[in-house]
Amino acid sequence: MNVAVTGLNNVDNPGPGVPVIRSLRESGEFDGRIIGLLYDTLEPGAYLPSVSDANYVIPYPSAGLDHLFARLAAIHEKEKIDVIIPTLDSELNGFIKLAPRLKALGIRMFLPDKDQLNLRAKDKLADFCRKHQIAVPANILASSVQDLYTIQSHLDYPVAVKGIFYDAVIANNFDEALAAFHRLSGKWGLPIVVQEFVHGDEYNVCALGNNGTTVGAVAMKKLYITDKGKGWSGITIREPALLALTEKAVKALRWNGGLELEFVKDKTTNTYLLLEINPRFPAWVYLTAAAGQNLPLAALKLALGEHVPMFDSYDIGKIFIRYSWDLITDIKRFEEITVSGELHNV
Amino acid sequence: MNPLTITPDLAISETGFLFLSSTGETFTVNELGKRILKSLQEGMSQERIVLVITEEFDVDPADAQRDFLDFVGLLKHLRLVVEA
Repeated sequence: MNVAVTGLNNVDNPGPGVPVIRSLRESGEFDGRIIGLLYDTLEPGAYLPSVSDANYVIPYPSAGLDHLFARLAAIHEKEKIDVIIPTLDSELNGFIKLAPRLKALGIRMFLPDKDQLNLRAKDKLADFCRKHQIAVPANILASSVQDLYTIQSHLDYPVAVKGIFYDAVIANNFDEALAAFHRLSGKWGLPIVVQEFVHGDEYNVCALGNNGTTVGAVAMKKLYITDKGKGWSGITIREPALLALTEKAVKALRWNGGLELEFVKDKTTNTYLLLEINPRFPAWVYLTAAAGQNLPLAALKLALGEHVPMFDSYDIGKIFIRYSWDLITDIKRFEEITVSGELHNV
Repeated sequence: MNPLTITPDLAISETGFLFLSSTGETFTVNELGKRILKSLQEGMSQERIVLVITEEFDVDPADAQRDFLDFVGLLKHLRLVVEA
């Protein structure tokens, strides 16, 4: 069994690749090879033999899907990939489009389709939530600076200014919103989502959907949040309301694959508002395996067409605490991947 | 005083560490707080708990009453207890 995984960028805002691989490796049910697919030669997971067996640099989907497909086909020639697990928001659309061509090569994936992906996009989330009676913060979409002038008539400052794929900035006034607009649109494109800022604690749910059925779901409260707004530690909680909202969203989306739902509990109304639906496993996904629901392993089995029973419980009070670690390597290894686009750990 | 019920989601350890499993919040309480919570768990009336505090912690009844009400106010604010 050869499984290729993206998102080995375990940096300050880590990709989910390494925890997905860790979940597979530590399951006791996986003894295959892991192939890391990298967009950068310094993705830390590539240099860890405990994580990946071999690594290959691939082009961004935005460079053209034919280029990406040709590179994947060449890697497949060497590695005989059975399954690819894409883990990054920005690449999903490309991988979904390539799914039939990859399938023809014998490479399987377990992903939503294009329509499902679009329904939960940051610029469509409010409409989706309103349609399905899920509470959501008010927002406006800004495709130009002119649109930012409408913030004051719709929302009170502070507001959350969000990139279409990643990143969010809290803006306390128009000038800060304008600066965030330029930075985020330059990096991720348009539109920019300007969302009502809701005061309250943040909760996330990591789940796995199978054609609209929630195979498993684990709710977590962030205990420590970085200045980028990322959870650096969190604890599993028992909150049926969050799981019910998750099941509702997965069903309405008829979702296939891993996903993460981000909620805030409004301090004044004590209700959960859905902030985002991320279309892939989160970087904290290993906590689901540690708490008794190995969602990455279940996703792999579903990609292989195996039957996966639904999870019905998980351990409450399991905590993850992320840490950073300086990995030392030789320049020869960096040379290897830079020159050849490959790095072999085994 | 109305009977108080501890929220079923609250786990209370012997060390005085509290974990509210529905929200992920954690708290610590001292010996007195632990005794009050344990008494509430046992279904003891508020009047009876004040008497227990007075006897076990060697304080006068007025202090015991005040400390108890302060603590219960905090528990209610944090939604760790509800009035039945």
